[in-house]
Amino acid sequence: MADFSTASEIAAGVRSGQLKAVDVLEQHLATVDARDAEIHAFNHVMADEARQQAAAVDATVAAGDDPGPLAGVPVALKDNMCTRGIPTTCSSKILEGWTPPYDGTVVTRLHESGAVAIGKTNLDEFAMGSSTENSAFGPTRNPLDTNLVPGGSSGGSAAAVAAGFSPLSFGSDTGGSIRQPAALCGVVGVKPTYGRVSRYGLVAFASSLDQIGPFTHTVADAALALQVVCGHDPMDSTSIPDPVPDYSALLDRGVEGMRIGRITDLPAGADPDVAERTEQAFDALAANGATIVDVEVPAFTYGLTAYYIIAPAEASSNLARYDGVRYGLRVDAPDTNAMYSATRAAGFGDEVKRRILLGTYALSAGYYDAYYGKALKIRRLMAQDFAKAYEQADVLLTPASPSVAFPFGTKTADPFSMYLCDTYTIPANLTGEPGMSVPFGTGQDDLPVGVQVLAPALAEPVMLQVAAELERNAPTEGGRS
Amino acid sequence: MSDALWTHDGYEMVVGLEVHVELATKTKLFSASPNRFGDEPNTNIDPVTLGLPGALPVLNRHAVELAMRVGLALNCTVQACTFARKNYFYPDMPTSYQISQFEDPLNIDGWLDLPDGSRVGIERAHMEQDAGKSSHVGGGEGRVHGAEHSLIDLNRAGVPLVEIVSRPDIRSPEQARQYVTEMRAILLAIAASDAKMEEGSMRVDANVSVRRPGAEFGTRCEIKNVNSVRSVGRAIEYEAKRQILMVKAGESIRQQTRHWDEGDGRTHTLRDKEDADDYRYFLEPDLVPLQPSDEWIEEVRAGLPMLPAARRARLAEATGLDADSEAVGSIVDRGQDDYAFAVQSAGGDLGRAVVHLKEAFAEMGASPALPAADLAGLTSLEVDGKLTATQAKTVVAELIERGGGDAAAIAAEKGFEAMDTSELEAMVDDAIAAQPDAWEKFRAGEGKAMGALVGHIMKASRGQADGKLVTQILNARK
Repeated sequence: MADFSTASEIAAGVRSGQLKAVDVLEQHLATVDARDAEIHAFNHVMADEARQQAAAVDATVAAGDDPGPLAGVPVALKDNMCTRGIPTTCSSKILEGWTPPYDGTVVTRLHESGAVAIGKTNLDEFAMGSSTENSAFGPTRNPLDTNLVPGGSSGGSAAAVAAGFSPLSFGSDTGGSIRQPAALCGVVGVKPTYGRVSRYGLVAFASSLDQIGPFTHTVADAALALQVVCGHDPMDSTSIPDPVPDYSALLDRGVEGMRIGRITDLPAGADPDVAERTEQAFDALAANGATIVDVEVPAFTYGLTAYYIIAPAEASSNLARYDGVRYGLRVDAPDTNAMYSATRAAGFGDEVKRRILLGTYALSAGYYDAYYGKALKIRRLMAQDFAKAYEQADVLLTPASPSVAFPFGTKTADPFSMYLCDTYTIPANLTGEPGMSVPFGTGQDDLPVGVQVLAPALAEPVMLQVAAELERNAPTEGGRS
Repeated sequence: MSDALWTHDGYEMVVGLEVHVELATKTKLFSASPNRFGDEPNTNIDPVTLGLPGALPVLNRHAVELAMRVGLALNCTVQACTFARKNYFYPDMPTSYQISQFEDPLNIDGWLDLPDGSRVGIERAHMEQDAGKSSHVGGGEGRVHGAEHSLIDLNRAGVPLVEIVSRPDIRSPEQARQYVTEMRAILLAIAASDAKMEEGSMRVDANVSVRRPGAEFGTRCEIKNVNSVRSVGRAIEYEAKRQILMVKAGESIRQQTRHWDEGDGRTHTLRDKEDADDYRYFLEPDLVPLQPSDEWIEEVRAGLPMLPAARRARLAEATGLDADSEAVGSIVDRGQDDYAFAVQSAGGDLGRAVVHLKEAFAEMGASPALPAADLAGLTSLEVDGKLTATQAKTVVAELIERGGGDAAAIAAEKGFEAMDTSELEAMVDDAIAAQPDAWEKFRAGEGKAMGALVGHIMKASRGQADGKLVTQILNARK
């Protein structure tokens, strides 16, 4: 993997005056120019706005002031995060041409911390998918091997970091959409506790599951980024009011005496290379003084099923506003109902339509109890099971993705095979607890493997502590033979 | 009085009312846009109101407080509650779902006592957001059918509503009218809403079915567009008779939503139940459950003013009038009963004050721009016989016009002096002499004939004679 500057290095350099934000930006824009035609990480590059912001950061430093903890750090934003005056498409034709009149809270916080937003990244349409192949504007390619998918749905954001377009990017994770592409692109990806990061300005897929989080090269960068975006927001009623801890505090502490949980009834399905690296991760932590404990999470197996009821149900309602009346695409027709149908038929892709239909069905009179009601029960069971597991273990370790990056088209014909990509990541969305993927060596074809660290609600510092230990102990020998 | 025994061909009506009330908040239920009627279209908007992607609702605490006032004034239990999404497509509903309350509403199980002594149960009073307004251009009478295009105003979208759902306890048009009138009086008294039916800040839907008294409930129809107290009575009476005719003809009632047409005085089919939307309710994931603390509930309860029924009883007792008399009702409606008692406290006569309030203060609100002491002064002059009722009326008008003043001084300016009876006796003599026919008829017991005699005297006195006194003298002479 190429040796890119980290966000921490850039911010330190810019704040101390050793680096100019404008120079940092131009380097990154040059990399985008050189490679993004092939990768297609970006739907929209904000070169002009970025140059203004970088110049403003340099001016702040020149005036003797501190631009903030992310001074001059180029950041890429998933194209489902509202940016004032900049198109926000969700990689859907139905939002093509729409420009939000407001910034989401995360975008505002990044701006205020001195970060330089350089563009909007590609995604599976409305964040529905695990390969970024569902984008209306064409897929994103994995920078490590352009014949392979970057994962999804935040494939553009993962690829942006992996390709060196920006040392920091943000995605959203509804069922694994940060952690799985992070694993497939060999970068760090964090889904924080639900409510820790404001959703205001994040275009909703499934409101009770969606959470924004960062992609970075290092765990330390992830901690730095979380420090900026986490915290209460009165504009999001589900935002958690608790004070934000110091996410970097425990990174160097090691795992001595910690209890690392191994889920004995974890659903099968991980490829051997991924399973092997995950085992090695347990070994590495044990070798550094942690205790490995076996725990059971019986509901884990039902996560995928419950998720594919709850997420589509909420999506069917969240996406109902794309009716052609006020903004985005409108396909004219003789009457209002026909206009709705024509607009939505033309504007949404197949996967989005499939989920709207699934969700509408699951909430329908006569079916609610059998589907949505049961899924909610599983969700409650899941929370109980994890609560019990966390009585025995400080964190849990699983694979982030069942496989390394796969070739385009291998899972598109069978939606269920694509859904299985999220087997290990979905439960944390259902419980609202944090999870992250940290690169841990490589598997088949020398492709990166991500190990997932799961932790109880608001235990990000501990999760990052363990991830940092895995990062220090990541195998360096190649998996390709 | 209530016609509690409304029946038609041996059938009775069973009616439940759903009253939608816009709450008098400064801002909308889930955003900071102003809640204001009559502004330029699409000016009170923001990302939440427009349903823009990424926008999130934040609950307005004042709206919750007003909704709790409504519930507590209707004797409801205020409880921990949740919000749900009601999903349906309509062009003036920006998110294509309405945030409402479904399984756990804020207020449940209350009642409303009507002036006729009956009690109507309140099933629930829940919070929800209003939709925008569509107007249709190019069709007949602004209806969507045949329109060339439609205009949407989202100023009203997101305005906080409380929907008050009664139990099916109403059995007559008069009872329905009283329910709506009393509800409106309560909403005004607790300052929860301006409750203007003509502006749509209070809207009524009626669920109507018919049955033989005591039998099982029949199939109900929901009547929309009932926009005045008068049309509530008319609409349900029409609808009940329509259903009774059908039942008697052996036809079955289909569950329908029907539209009341004020013009032709009929209800018309809007849609059958089979065509109704499946709203696919589910818990609103963008909001958290609302759990008003006991302290908050008690604080709101303690802040409730005396309600209209109690105020009518108080004024009735003090004046000796009936609680459901027009004078008592209208004065309490306007909130002027406190003012009437203030006149009394200032040494005035409550009875005379009520007479003036009923007539001359009809256009005024709860705080008339006339010092209570000044009106008290006037009533004292009347009671002391220094002004006739007619003269007093003139002085009151003058007092109101000037915004206050000394009633005696005004009376003097106008040259009013109460006539002594000898003067009146002489006028009566003149009148009898001038109208001998009328006098004979009057003596023969023809009451109407008195009018001509009194008229003569009033004319001669240029309206200054005390009508009551004249009548007394005439009767005494008979």
